[in-house]
Amino acid sequence: MAEPGGLRVAAEALEFVYPDGTRALNGVDLDVSPGEQVAIIGQNGSGKSTLVRHFNGLLRASSGQVLVGDAPVAHRHIAELARSVGIVFQNPDRQIFAGSVRAEVAFGPRNLGFKGSELDDRVAGALAAVGLDGLQATNPYDLGASRRKLLGIASVLAMGTPVVILDEPTTGQDARGVARVQQITRDLAAAGRTVIAVSHDMRFVAETFARVVVMESGRITLDAPPTGVFAEANWATLTRTYVDPPFAARIGARLGLGSTPTDGALIEAIVRRDASPRT
Amino acid sequence: MSLRFDGVSYRYAGSSDVVLAAVDLVVEPGEVLGVVGANEAGKSTLCLVAAGLAPGTIAGHLEGRVTINDMATVGVRPYELAQRCGSLFQNPLTQLSGTTLTVWEEIAFGPRNLGLDLEEVVARVDDVVANLGIGDLVERPPARLSGGQAQLVALAGVLALRPTYLVLDEPTSQLDPHGTNLVGDALATLASRSEVGILVVEHKTDLLAVIATRVAVIDAGRIVAIGPTADVLADDRLAGWGVGPPSSVRLGRAAEGRGVSVG
Repeated sequence: MAEPGGLRVAAEALEFVYPDGTRALNGVDLDVSPGEQVAIIGQNGSGKSTLVRHFNGLLRASSGQVLVGDAPVAHRHIAELARSVGIVFQNPDRQIFAGSVRAEVAFGPRNLGFKGSELDDRVAGALAAVGLDGLQATNPYDLGASRRKLLGIASVLAMGTPVVILDEPTTGQDARGVARVQQITRDLAAAGRTVIAVSHDMRFVAETFARVVVMESGRITLDAPPTGVFAEANWATLTRTYVDPPFAARIGARLGLGSTPTDGALIEAIVRRDASPRT
Repeated sequence: MSLRFDGVSYRYAGSSDVVLAAVDLVVEPGEVLGVVGANEAGKSTLCLVAAGLAPGTIAGHLEGRVTINDMATVGVRPYELAQRCGSLFQNPLTQLSGTTLTVWEEIAFGPRNLGLDLEEVVARVDDVVANLGIGDLVERPPARLSGGQAQLVALAGVLALRPTYLVLDEPTSQLDPHGTNLVGDALATLASRSEVGILVVEHKTDLLAVIATRVAVIDAGRIVAIGPTADVLADDRLAGWGVGPPSSVRLGRAAEGRGVSVG
C-alpha cells in the first residue's frame, strides 16, 4: 500500500488559553520538518498535550498560528486535517467506541474513503504492527488497558496519515509493549512519516528520537538532539521542569564520559575510554 | 493482621478464562509489595480482587479467600471496605467524583463522606496536598487537569481516607519523573511511618527498586516469583516474563555483553 511521506508541522508564537483562564501555551515556536521524529517532554501540566491537540485542529490557537504542510490550519476543517494528522490520545478510552477491534480500526480509513480489500489490508497491517492480529472480532473492552492503548495506536496507523502524534504511547506498557511502540516509531520514520510523541519515559525518548523538545509552563525551553538535551549542562533546566535525565546519562556524567543518553552510547564511550592509551 | 490471598482463582462473568490461578499472597502492614508482570498477566484483576471490587461491583467467580485483617472482602459494604483498603485504578478520570468545583474539595470528598470533623478533613487534605506537591492545583477545577495531574489528585483523594491498606494499579503511569518520585516517597513514608500495607502494580522497576520491600511477579495469572526486591529484580527470568529490569541491572548486563564494566 502506497503511503504518503511526511508533512511539516509548525507552531508560530502559539498561545492558548482554556475557557476557564488557564494559560496552557505561552508563545510556542516549533518547526518539525517533513519526516522528522520529535519527542516532547516536560512536567505534568506543562502544555504538551495541549500543544499537540492544535496540530489536528482539536484546539484552535488563542493567538499565533499552526501550520500543517505549509498552510495555516486556522480555516481548515478537522475532517480535512484528519487526513494529514492522526493523534493517539493518552487515554484510549477517550478514543475507543466501536463494538469490535476490527470496526474500531476500520473506522478511520473507511472515513477516508477506503473500502474492500484495501480497507482489509489497512486494518490487518495496523493490527499486526501493534500485535493485536487475530483479535479482530474481540470487543475492545474485553482487552486490558495496555492492549486498548495499542488498539488506539492501530486505529491511527490504519489511516496512514503523513503525521502521526502519539500522546504518551508507552504508558501502561510492559517491556515488550515499549519495544513494540519503539519499533512502530522506527517503521514510521523509515516510511518518511512525521512523528511527534509526548512522553515521560526518558529511556524511550533517548533511544527512539533524534530530536527532543522540553516544555516548561507553556513554553519550549530546550530543543536539541538527546545528547544535547540530556547533557549535564542542562540538568538544572530539566529538574526545573520535573524531568530526570536517563540513567545512562547520569552514569556517563559521573564517569566523565560526556553526554551518553542511552545505554548503547554509554557502553560505546566506556569501550572507547578503555581502548585509548592511558597516561 | 494482613491483606491475604489464600488459594485465590478468579474468572470474570461470562468468561471461562482463569485470570488469577491459585494465588497465595500476603501484604503485611508497613510493607510495600510491588507487583510486576506482562500486559494482561492479571495485575489489574489482582488489584480489583484485593480491593474487594471483584467479585461484587464487577461480576465474576472467585475461588479461595481474600481477607483484610481477617475479614473476608466478599459481601462487605463499599464504605466499610474503603476505610480498610483504599484503591486507585489505571484511569484516574473514572475516579474523580465529578461533583466538586475545586481540586481541594475533590480531595476532601472522601473524608467528608466518612463524617469526620471539618478540622480533621482540612488537616488530612492539607497534609496529602503537601506530600504530593500539588499545592498549586488546589483551586483548579478537577475537570481541567492534565492526565498526570488528575492521577495525582485521584491518589490524593484515596490517601486522604487514610486506609489501613492501599491497592494501587500503576499510580505513576501518567506522571513526570518528579511526580513519580514524589508518589514513591509518599508511599514509602506511609508504609514506614503509618504502618500502611501497600500493594502496588508498577511497570517502573526503577521505582520499585527504591520503594518496594518485596516484589512479586505475576505471569498468566500465577505468582511465579516473590521475594526481596533486589533478588527478584535481578532475576534472569524477568525479561521472559515480559518485565523490564531496573536501569542499573539492564545497563550492567548490556556492559557485560560488550565485555566492559561500568564504574
